[in-house]
Amino acid sequence: MSILIDSDTTFIVQGITGREAVNLTRECLDYGAGAKVVGGVTPGRLGRDVHGVPVFDTVAQAVAHHGAPIDGSVVTVPPAFTKDAVFEAIENGVKLIVIVTERIPRRDVAEMVELATLRGARIIGPNCLGIIVPDVIKMGGIGGPAKNAAQAYTPGPIGVISRSGGMTTEMSSTLSAAGLGQSTAVSIGGDAIIGSSYAELMGLFEADEQTQGIVIYTEPGGRMEAELARWVTDNNSRLPIVAFMAGRFMDEMPGMSFGHAGTIVEGKEDTASEKIARLAQAHITVAERIEDIPAIIGDKIAARQSAGANA
Amino acid sequence: MRFFEYEAREIVKRAGIPVTDYGFTTDPAEARAIAERIGGPTVIKSQVLTGGRMKAGGVKFADTPAEAEAHARAILALEINGHMPRGVLVDPKAEVEQEYYAGVVWDGIRKQPVMIFSPVGGIDIEQVAAEQPDKVGRRHFSNILPFSEFQAKEVIASTGVTGSALNKLVPIVTRLAKLFTANDMILAEINPLGRLADGSFVALDAHMDIENEARGRHKPLLADLGVGDEETRQAREATPFELAGEEVDATDHRGVAGNVTEFDGNLGLVIGAGGGSLTLFDAVRAHGGHPANYCEIGGNPSVAKACGLAKLVLQKPGVDKIAVMMSIVSNTRVDIVARGVIKACLELGYDPAEKIAIFRIPGAWEEEGFKILEQYHVEYADRSVSLNEAARRAVEKIGADAS
Amino acid sequence: MRKDGVFIAVDVDDAVVADSALAAKLVEVCPVDIYALAQGPPATLDIVEANLDECVLCRLCLDAAPPGTIKVLKLYDSESVLV
Repeated sequence: MSILIDSDTTFIVQGITGREAVNLTRECLDYGAGAKVVGGVTPGRLGRDVHGVPVFDTVAQAVAHHGAPIDGSVVTVPPAFTKDAVFEAIENGVKLIVIVTERIPRRDVAEMVELATLRGARIIGPNCLGIIVPDVIKMGGIGGPAKNAAQAYTPGPIGVISRSGGMTTEMSSTLSAAGLGQSTAVSIGGDAIIGSSYAELMGLFEADEQTQGIVIYTEPGGRMEAELARWVTDNNSRLPIVAFMAGRFMDEMPGMSFGHAGTIVEGKEDTASEKIARLAQAHITVAERIEDIPAIIGDKIAARQSAGANA
Repeated sequence: MRFFEYEAREIVKRAGIPVTDYGFTTDPAEARAIAERIGGPTVIKSQVLTGGRMKAGGVKFADTPAEAEAHARAILALEINGHMPRGVLVDPKAEVEQEYYAGVVWDGIRKQPVMIFSPVGGIDIEQVAAEQPDKVGRRHFSNILPFSEFQAKEVIASTGVTGSALNKLVPIVTRLAKLFTANDMILAEINPLGRLADGSFVALDAHMDIENEARGRHKPLLADLGVGDEETRQAREATPFELAGEEVDATDHRGVAGNVTEFDGNLGLVIGAGGGSLTLFDAVRAHGGHPANYCEIGGNPSVAKACGLAKLVLQKPGVDKIAVMMSIVSNTRVDIVARGVIKACLELGYDPAEKIAIFRIPGAWEEEGFKILEQYHVEYADRSVSLNEAARRAVEKIGADAS
Repeated sequence: MRKDGVFIAVDVDDAVVADSALAAKLVEVCPVDIYALAQGPPATLDIVEANLDECVLCRLCLDAAPPGTIKVLKLYDSESVLV
């Protein structure tokens, strides 16, 4: 199985007529079994189509045309319009929203997330590339064109969660080359406030039988790793986790932001070294090099399984 | 973007929070005039965006206007942690009975703003939280429901403050919470918040930090404060090399080839994307390499832009070679970046095979990109070579040549 | 008319160069502005040398002109022609 999406997932693309959105739509339609992109929304463009996907002025029109609730939306509209687009999706019953847009002020993100929580919806992102279930479906630009995505992602037992879109692919490719495929890979976004953190996705992976281990990519800045460490301990998680921490050099450069908006060392808890210590306390191994990850997670899964067999 | 104290105080004042009758100036004679107007002992405070100004001699007390002028002259010439002051603030020396703390910040885990209040102010709130945790109150508030005064009342009362102090503090903390939201702040802090002999409260210092991504919607405020669009106020002022990097990135709208940060090593880096750059920079250093710069390529930049970035790095004094490396690309095209970096070498009269230590960008259009690299005999690697291994090879090459 | 960049060359038949309607179409389809209109009248096609290396091999110009009248050559690959 997978988390968040599967071959039956229907979604729309908000901002579908933009250059990047046109490409993204093509990629999703081409990948795996072909995503069910049931509509696109760009105000003023009702009646057009993008790679055969009908374009509407409103989300409500897309839902009416589909004749049933729509599961998800990929939002790729400029930062100033993103909040409204996400509110529109949520108020029209969409339950999974992937926000691709970068540079959205965190007040807007916080408002979107709070409304989503009230309505029982989930946000992935912003500033992310989306979700991929290898060989089945992708929702967002993750992995790029279908051909490239197929090169990097293969089905298997590892759940991947990453603050960097590109590194989601780099790590999954490394896992695939070592014969460890992925159950689902999620690019969660690099901003200071995001819809779904590591801890907020762990419950889903925990409940997914296919998933046997988790690999995460992380950076300095924020408290999400501490939250993950706490979740793992509090929930006595069955899933071994291996983390990769980039941006260790930033510990020497407080107050400067590198890589992603949320990547900045403002206090001691933001530093790479502090995070590594916190993760270690929760028995999350932090790999020194990406190429070490497959062996470490493979061993941890094997150890967990033999412990289970002996019990 | 952080505000100077004099700007932060103006923001506080506009929100209806009482402040002292301070004045800001860049001129010692005017400092004297402000002190005369205040009429009484004053405090002269350096306006710098760095901590430790008290220790560095950037805060001085004056009993007379003449003394205020002398202190202002000295402070205006005093560099603190590499920062020259923007000016000085001349503040009445208030007779404070007790110092409090009030602040609002984001909680990235709860995804809501959190008010922090303490009756122990004037020192770092982290220190108070560590030493007297019962003296620090915290309360989150909704992003979408209207803010209500009882929320401020609760956070203040939770620290044991009652009586008329409580009732006078509620509107102040309420206004602080509202200004935080209304101005897209990521930090809004009054510390100390002083209680005077007559029981009234006044903001004695303030720290405000506005989110960069939201600056566009606060143009009137920024214009009123005299903050220019070009002012970024990074932790460290941008170097000419970094500014040139911004210019490269601004040449056209296609993709990113910039976010340059200067270092003093000999290995030029043309790297990407966000996470890839962080990983690669660490890897180069882990192998004993000395990066000349940090940068990011992403979003499929034009050949001209990739070329411009590579040229900038190649021309940096002390750079022997460049390493062109990215995590697997799906949007950015391998062939486009290959063209850009090779063109940069050719236009500067260098042999690409000599100057490019390694090219490790696998992914979209790699077949085409690798053909280009072969034509120019540039050493390249596909995805079977890890980011770490690519960085190691780059460092090895430059080390061998340097000896 | 043929013009060469470092990586890409474009060779356009003279008949296409002289056809102002076709020239205008080529200017419109190229995403990286390799084609421009030369000073007229009559308007003829020009190739912007500075933009040749920006070619993304999208084939839109090949599709817009009669078959064989435009050649996009990869100079890094033995002048192989984009088809």
